[in-house]
Amino acid sequence: MKVVNNKAHSVDGLGILKGRAAYTDDLADKNSLIVKALRSPHAYARIKSIDDKLAKELPGVEMVLTYKDFPRIPFTRAGQGYPEPSPYDKFVLDEYVRYVGDEVVAVAAIDNETCEKALSLIKVEYEILEPVLDFENAVDNKIIIHPEPEIHDMFPIGFEPKRNIAASYKMHVGDVEKTISECDYVVNETFYTQAQAHVMMEPHTVNARMDYQERLVIYSATQTPFHMRRIISSALEIPITKIRFIKPRVGGGFGGKQAIHGEMLVAWVTWKTGKPAKMVFTRKEVFESSYSRHPMRMDVTLGADKSGKLKAIDFKCLSDTGAYGEHALTVFMVVGSKVLPLYNKVETVRFHGDIVYTNKTPAGAFRGYGAIQGNFALESAVDILCHKMGIDPIEFRQKNMMKENETSPIFAIMGEGTEGTAMDMETCKLEECVQRGMELIGWKDKYPRVESNNKIKSVGMAIAMQGSGIPYIDMGSATIKLNDQGFYNLLIGATDIGQGSDTILAQIAAEVLMTTIDKVIVYSSDTDLTPFDCGAYASSTTYVSGNAVFKAAMNMKNAIIKEAARVLETQEADVEFDGKILTSSNGKTVSLEDLSNQLFYSNEQKQLSVTSSYVGHKSPPPFMAGFVEIDIDKETGEVDIVDYVSVVDCGTTINPLLAEGQVNGAIVQGLGMAMFEDVKYSSNGKMISNSLINYKIPTRVDIKKLTTEFVDSYETSGPFGAKSVGEIGIDTPPAALANAVYNALGIRINALPITPEKILLSLKEKENK
Amino acid sequence: MLVNLIVNNQNKVFSCEPGDFLLDTLRENNYLSVRRGCDTTNCGVCTVLFDGKPVPSCSLLTVKAEGHHITTVEGIQKEAEKIGKYFGDEGADQCGYCNPSLALTVYAMKKELKNPTDEEIKEYLVGNLCRCTGYIAQERAIKKYLGDKS
Repeated sequence: MKVVNNKAHSVDGLGILKGRAAYTDDLADKNSLIVKALRSPHAYARIKSIDDKLAKELPGVEMVLTYKDFPRIPFTRAGQGYPEPSPYDKFVLDEYVRYVGDEVVAVAAIDNETCEKALSLIKVEYEILEPVLDFENAVDNKIIIHPEPEIHDMFPIGFEPKRNIAASYKMHVGDVEKTISECDYVVNETFYTQAQAHVMMEPHTVNARMDYQERLVIYSATQTPFHMRRIISSALEIPITKIRFIKPRVGGGFGGKQAIHGEMLVAWVTWKTGKPAKMVFTRKEVFESSYSRHPMRMDVTLGADKSGKLKAIDFKCLSDTGAYGEHALTVFMVVGSKVLPLYNKVETVRFHGDIVYTNKTPAGAFRGYGAIQGNFALESAVDILCHKMGIDPIEFRQKNMMKENETSPIFAIMGEGTEGTAMDMETCKLEECVQRGMELIGWKDKYPRVESNNKIKSVGMAIAMQGSGIPYIDMGSATIKLNDQGFYNLLIGATDIGQGSDTILAQIAAEVLMTTIDKVIVYSSDTDLTPFDCGAYASSTTYVSGNAVFKAAMNMKNAIIKEAARVLETQEADVEFDGKILTSSNGKTVSLEDLSNQLFYSNEQKQLSVTSSYVGHKSPPPFMAGFVEIDIDKETGEVDIVDYVSVVDCGTTINPLLAEGQVNGAIVQGLGMAMFEDVKYSSNGKMISNSLINYKIPTRVDIKKLTTEFVDSYETSGPFGAKSVGEIGIDTPPAALANAVYNALGIRINALPITPEKILLSLKEKENK
Repeated sequence: MLVNLIVNNQNKVFSCEPGDFLLDTLRENNYLSVRRGCDTTNCGVCTVLFDGKPVPSCSLLTVKAEGHHITTVEGIQKEAEKIGKYFGDEGADQCGYCNPSLALTVYAMKKELKNPTDEEIKEYLVGNLCRCTGYIAQERAIKKYLGDKS
């Protein structure tokens, strides 16, 4: 392969670094009305009255919007395919506010100052209600967070709003309680994971204008432009034909931009006033009023026999979706579906629980999407079991984990809010990943620990899997056009949010068409101009959109050969194409450049253009082993990450540099969650960690060394053998770190983040015993 | 009010309010490489060079810059091109939102520090946050740029 699996520069990196206008706010109309929201200071309240007279009279104020101004249509902001597996439990604005930061009133004004002044003039009288803040006391609480009668689910998801349950789920294979009662060794542990904030560098940003066809054109920093068009149209009753969504360059998403944020308000303002409008979230709004990761409680019971065979997993989970149920069920299911199959040789398995409403910032999609939570619990529990049994945790994993050509019944049972899809692991190089990871981290010399003075060096590890798109649901498509002088346009719905999908999709097209990446001009994510794609989520783009591009490029190649056969007066099967020259067996040739020029200007003129789509029939999981080496200070409890070794099976790396970047970025985001990132609330439900002063993400000083390798792997169902790589990296750091801390000190931290305070407290407890 | 600045070596007169921050003034005047990230001077995305030194423009009042030299990445295109190529070689660009400001800071560091150690590089750039890359590829690229004597 010449282009694929090569370290191509990204198609847009240089221009962006040089400061070209690229992101949503760079493209806003200079005369945009500024849209801002007045947000709830209360965790739960009913709006008794809104006095907006003074605001409306303020010169420069264009619109003041309350819940009375919007059609009362429930919807979900989740940004998923249709019908969504998330409850329709949100109105653009509502009489009730359900968390601190929920929108109360929106103002559109000529500039920032006027807009803020108007917000300050609005008097809202609230009936303050007692909130539900503890997710472990949400079910059947006397306080009901969603009493409104209009809300509903689109198909059964276990939605019981009267019980504060956004969704619930249960599955089992065999009688897990019976198996556990027969096991020689049983561990039963409870784990907690916290809310984590996405902290993409570009805040949520949207702007809109009417074009000369009187259509609403919305520029949005979104992961899902086509879903947005559909949801905006139905929730605001704007004909879908009148809406164009354009996703410019996006400054990071990580799942946070899958959902709708300011789009509804800005679309409404422009649609109603005819004037351009924009909304840029402040960082405080990004923290308080967008999304964070679902906090969870996970009760895990494992049973094994004396020989070291894992026989049963019983996994109960409680997930906190906050004020609205976006991604409630699907994130929950991934806790099981992309974690439990790692140990596919168990005789019985059960996974069940509820996703509950609380009066906190809603939870939503976030890289890992449940797998990081489930991985922390299961991979910690596996180590706990091994220590109880006196078995080496790596030997135990090697014996019990998923291997190539094997399967798990879970794949068929659990999908994304629905049943799943049975599949065998055509590629699963976990054994190689574990073996190579042990070598790279120096496991034999460092496990479990090396002590020197107050510092203890130790290692810990975990294995992980993810998916590659949602089979039979997620669709990607691609259009390729041939231009004169023999270069191409690649039009894709796929959504580059910084992960480099424009680049790797161009590489796939260039490889098939035997050309160079500069001859493939990429344009993505414009609902008027590009074909459909579900968007950037569920680790789908490389596999699903990549397959669509592969198919389109093959079809373009065939179309070119067909035209060449006509020009060369021969059969298609008789034409050889090397990317530049088309040759028939009798030696006649035509160059692609000449052929394409003829097709435009001189000989049976036509535009060669092909469109192909792909929907997955399986979701081949990438696998990885993550190993962490830490130095831990017994006096302070401080943990230093010396190295993090990732050995990944993602099939072919379409672009090894970008694949490494995906893994490294995810590892660091996972380490942030493992070590210190923590969305915290005051006792009355106000978010404390609502700025980068109070919410720390890893800096370059925290990251000393990352060692990332890819094992040889080729997934025949993927484009050029590729599987996904966007999410898998985030899954292992919490468990690997928890296991390393145990290996160092003999203490077990079951609640993230693993802070020096918790380590010291656990050490004290251990000493006092 | 009117403020006189020297932006990328050009004399400019900008109209602004007394409370305006330089970030907003620059963006209003089409210096779009300077972007908003966090509002609290923690992320580095809004960095400009103030008389050659990196500062966060989100907290610098425009009036305070009266008469001073302000450099954005638009003003160092040749160096940015070099830095960008090393970034491309190392796979250091992902979402890119922080890259113009990082390039500016790296450019300033190269002028200010002679043969910095890895720790000195990290310390100099610690205010330039990145949520995408995990920093490692950036640092490989930055070291190659620092070693580039062309």
